[in-house]
Amino acid sequence: MRQFLARRLAQAALVVVGVSLVVFFVIRLSGDPTYLLLPPTATEEDRVRLARQLGLDRPIWVQYGIFAQRALGGDFGRSLRFGEPAIPLVLERLPATLELTVAALVVSLLISIPAGILSALRRNKASDNLIMLGALFGQSMPVFWLGIMLILLFAVRLEMFPTSGRGSLMHLALPAVTLGLYSTARVTRLVRAGMLDVMGQDYIRTAWAKGLPRRRVIVKHALRNTLIPVVTIVGLELGTLLGGAVITETIFAWPGIGRLAVTAIFQRDYPVVQAVVMVTALVFVVCNLLVDLAYGWLDPRIRFD
Amino acid sequence: MDRLTRTMLRNRGGLIGLLIVLLNIVVAILAPLLAPHDPLDQDITRRLQPPAWLPGGSVEYLLGTDQLGRDVLTRIIYGSRISLLIGLLSVAVSLPIGVGLGLLGGYFRGRLDDAVMRLADVQLAFPFILLAITIAGVLGPSPRNVILILAVGGWVAYARVTRGQVLGLREKEFVEAARALGMRHGRILVAHILPNILTPIIVLATFAVAQMILLESSLSFLGLGVQPPTPSWGGMLNDGRAYITIAWWLTTFPGATIMLTVLGINFMGDWLRDLFDPRLESL
Repeated sequence: MRQFLARRLAQAALVVVGVSLVVFFVIRLSGDPTYLLLPPTATEEDRVRLARQLGLDRPIWVQYGIFAQRALGGDFGRSLRFGEPAIPLVLERLPATLELTVAALVVSLLISIPAGILSALRRNKASDNLIMLGALFGQSMPVFWLGIMLILLFAVRLEMFPTSGRGSLMHLALPAVTLGLYSTARVTRLVRAGMLDVMGQDYIRTAWAKGLPRRRVIVKHALRNTLIPVVTIVGLELGTLLGGAVITETIFAWPGIGRLAVTAIFQRDYPVVQAVVMVTALVFVVCNLLVDLAYGWLDPRIRFD
Repeated sequence: MDRLTRTMLRNRGGLIGLLIVLLNIVVAILAPLLAPHDPLDQDITRRLQPPAWLPGGSVEYLLGTDQLGRDVLTRIIYGSRISLLIGLLSVAVSLPIGVGLGLLGGYFRGRLDDAVMRLADVQLAFPFILLAITIAGVLGPSPRNVILILAVGGWVAYARVTRGQVLGLREKEFVEAARALGMRHGRILVAHILPNILTPIIVLATFAVAQMILLESSLSFLGLGVQPPTPSWGGMLNDGRAYITIAWWLTTFPGATIMLTVLGINFMGDWLRDLFDPRLESL
């Protein structure tokens, strides 16, 4: 167990380093940062001085080293727009994004688990076909369009929910459904596939053969084993949801890190962009680590080696 | 061919999908002939006209006009060009990269394999859309850059699937036999292994086109993809968003078009998967 944990941690650390490399070099593609920081009237001399100040005259690897060292201490520099350190700006907005993501995940699981199970139990019957058709529609729908349509119907026409902002549960409803439906389709398919797989196993046949009541076979024997892989899916789905949050937050003016990232990109506020990407990657990596550990705890057949 | 037609007839979804895709291709190619107006022709005096069947609408502008008086239907027709082009080209760029890396990694194992798989891990460690908007923001939005960005995001799936398949195949007798006969590695990979993994790759690529069209429209929606005045479905939705309370048709129709197109391609992907190998259900 300890060995597994150590290896898994090393892997996670490697991923985080990789992300930091990507973030550092992608932003550098934008060209000389001094052009961004100095007013257009600045002289060549000013530029050289600032470049030296920022360490831009050093080799790029040394520059990455400096960047990484600062990043480890939670320092991504100051926001070019707000003049504040970037990390607190991001952390301030993180709870809003997590709230939205978790609510969306709840919506998604509440729909997809029953739908997937029903679909698998009624394989190739009308209800299965209907659910699978719905899932295909869901997978084909652009998340931003779904959001706009929900606003159009429930906020503009029926005036049941506010169109944007964060505050009450009413504010949360439309964004959470928008983002949740985005992953519902995929999770439904996976639950169905998992359930079908389990229903074909020997121990289920044994359970039937023993003459156990249908309910008991399905709930106690099949369902429990189907839900184990679902835990992994939840971990992976979190990444998709965090990505979808970028768009959902933009549509609903939800004050989270996704919207912060989009505005920062447009304002070329690169320290903030770097901070958002790093924080998101970190959240995702930590969640997956926890999921992996939970997996071993839920399913004792999994050996950590 | 017999099997093809038979499954096609049985699978109504596949048939519908094929029809939607063909319709899309025809519309994209013949856009200048089919479109009733010029996609860039503005006239403020006829701005925000509702669709033809509503009071105030006219048959001349079937799906209404936008905030600059441009014909919505015409712009949807022209938008199909961008969507299809970017969807297909980004797959055309990412597929060889991913399949190539997956083949080499899975066959030779070792350092290269490790490096490729770690790179894939890194890429999957953060939401792709976040990387996409970062690159788009840095490089500047243009169709070429969108294709580049989507290719960067797309290769991982091919690499993983290819590698998984190759790992199984490299131990098979026919590969061992080829090796025993002194065949070169390159030849084994291209002549013996590649043909055996084409099926899942084709299925994957079909779904990927749909995925890429969705991503392109998301980028354009955020203002980081295809730039105005070039008509793109995502861009139209972005423009129409500001008029949501007074002109619902600006967002409804382009979005419905995206959904139908993507749905059609997904239908086709489902059908191809069933056709080639019913066991691939998890793909």
